[in-house]
Amino acid sequence: MEKNGKKLVIGVIGADVHAVGIRILDFAFNEAGFEVTNLGVMVSQEEFIAAAVETAADAIVVSSLYGHGELDCRGLRAKCDEAGLDNILLFVGGNIVVGKQNFENVEKRFHAMGFNRVFPPGTTPEETIKWLKHDLGLEDGSQDHGAKA
Amino acid sequence: MKALLLSDFGSTFTKLCAVDPEHAEILGTAAAFTTIQTDIFEGFQQALGKLESQIGPIEIITHKACSSAAGGLRMLVSGLMPELTAEAAKMAALGAGAKVIKVFDHELTDEDLDLISELKPDIFLLTGGTDGGNQACILENAQALADIRFNQPIIVAGNRSANRKIRKIFTEAGLDFHIVANVMPRLGELNIAEAQEAIRQVFLAKIVEAKGLSRIEGMIHNILLPTPAAMLAAMKVLAQGTEEEAGLGDLIAVDPGGATTDVYSMAYGLPEDMTTVMKGLPEPYAKRTVEGDIGMRYSLHGILEAKGLNLVAERAQLAPDKVQALCDDLAQHTDRVPATEELRQLDDALVGTAIDVAVGRHCGSIEEVYTPMGRAFAQTGKDLRSVDILVLTGGAVIHSHELKKLASYAAWDPANPTSLRPKDFKVLLDQKYILSAMGVLCQDDPSLALRIMKKELVEQ
Repeated sequence: MEKNGKKLVIGVIGADVHAVGIRILDFAFNEAGFEVTNLGVMVSQEEFIAAAVETAADAIVVSSLYGHGELDCRGLRAKCDEAGLDNILLFVGGNIVVGKQNFENVEKRFHAMGFNRVFPPGTTPEETIKWLKHDLGLEDGSQDHGAKA
Repeated sequence: MKALLLSDFGSTFTKLCAVDPEHAEILGTAAAFTTIQTDIFEGFQQALGKLESQIGPIEIITHKACSSAAGGLRMLVSGLMPELTAEAAKMAALGAGAKVIKVFDHELTDEDLDLISELKPDIFLLTGGTDGGNQACILENAQALADIRFNQPIIVAGNRSANRKIRKIFTEAGLDFHIVANVMPRLGELNIAEAQEAIRQVFLAKIVEAKGLSRIEGMIHNILLPTPAAMLAAMKVLAQGTEEEAGLGDLIAVDPGGATTDVYSMAYGLPEDMTTVMKGLPEPYAKRTVEGDIGMRYSLHGILEAKGLNLVAERAQLAPDKVQALCDDLAQHTDRVPATEELRQLDDALVGTAIDVAVGRHCGSIEEVYTPMGRAFAQTGKDLRSVDILVLTGGAVIHSHELKKLASYAAWDPANPTSLRPKDFKVLLDQKYILSAMGVLCQDDPSLALRIMKKELVEQ
């Protein structure tokens, strides 16, 4: 696959050890032409940020499967700003909250935390790739960083 | 008598070791005091005189050496993130036998640049960014070094995408630079061999001469490497063996010196079970760490600070006040050799505690994490719990009587189970102080060096 020149840092945040999904995403994003740095499981906010700075990443894609995503993700945007990762895209997806909740509300809360895109359970890799390409201006040249709350 | 002569030019002692290659034996060793003021040549002549008075005139087949004279190979390193490229740069320099004076991360400030001018390192290792990653930081730092007309060799081992611009900056400024492969080409991938080779080449080409060691170079065919690099080479051969001769397997070596304590480990130290996740940078099989605040004389107070006066006093079986007074006195009189029973007890406690602290910092750690999926572990650094050999070298241990006990302070402790120290090990003592010489010998004949080390290292 020809590379599209955009760099992603991906990983499973917090004390979450779900190892399979992130490898599928790694594979799918690579196939789609991204340069992927996969941090694996149990990744802290600081590790996401250090990796994004060092690799000059265009987006951080956070995965969370165990329901504690809301706690784990809080403050990530502020830390990115502190580390000089101005306007880096932040995506999050998986089972990011406890229990079954109305997704619109969940999305709103994560937008308020500074995430550009929030994906519900069952999202296909293709869907995420579509939005990555869209937000990184790879398809229609649009640089719209998603809906902000 | 025909002999291979191996020297270690230190900052205080010149040590010689004569080897009979045919019988794989040490013919003799000798040491003489050297100072930077007097010529290093004098120390060598004195030591040779002593050696010959012990074993008779020797016919030197070859003479090779390592050196840590004139302050050793002093390096500054810089990277982008402290836990990533800056750490990789530090590991590269330490593994090449350098004394890392300071590690910089992110962009160099005016204060940093003043410090760099003041410290006058022998080599600057400039890194930052993975290949294709961040360029801004390394470019900015390259420009800063060019602006202050940094006049020592610079090794560039960062984001390769920035190399073209760096070459231009440095060429225009007329700096001495060498561009090699990135120490971290991809995130979390350590690639330090090329940078280390470059450090060694600069050491051979420039440092030996700059430090006034070249006067003897006509006579000793070669100063091959910095002393810590020799030690690392010896330990690697001792652990891994050669094609002809099996090694001893994974091991740890500790060298408690007057100012610093060096620890070497030859082991991958990967997690032992499936539920453990690795965190942080992967570490090199042959790893060296240096504790600048832990030493037997100049950095004696660092030992007390690290473990507390009371523990040292308990280990010395002396009153805490007494220990404090003796330590203050020793730090003032760094050349004092323990002559009284009290001082011997204290020195034993200090060296044991130095080994304890330095090994503890060298080993990795493990953290227990409770997840909704059950219990999991996150490991940082090397798991050395199953390493079963501890090699001890240096003047401070040679004179001790209770090495086995002192070494046991470094062992894994059920009260502190997250520190991944070796659990059960035998202690091998470098009784004749030959390991750096054996490292030099490893450059030409590792099997010979290995056979001698197996013979000469004494189990305690």
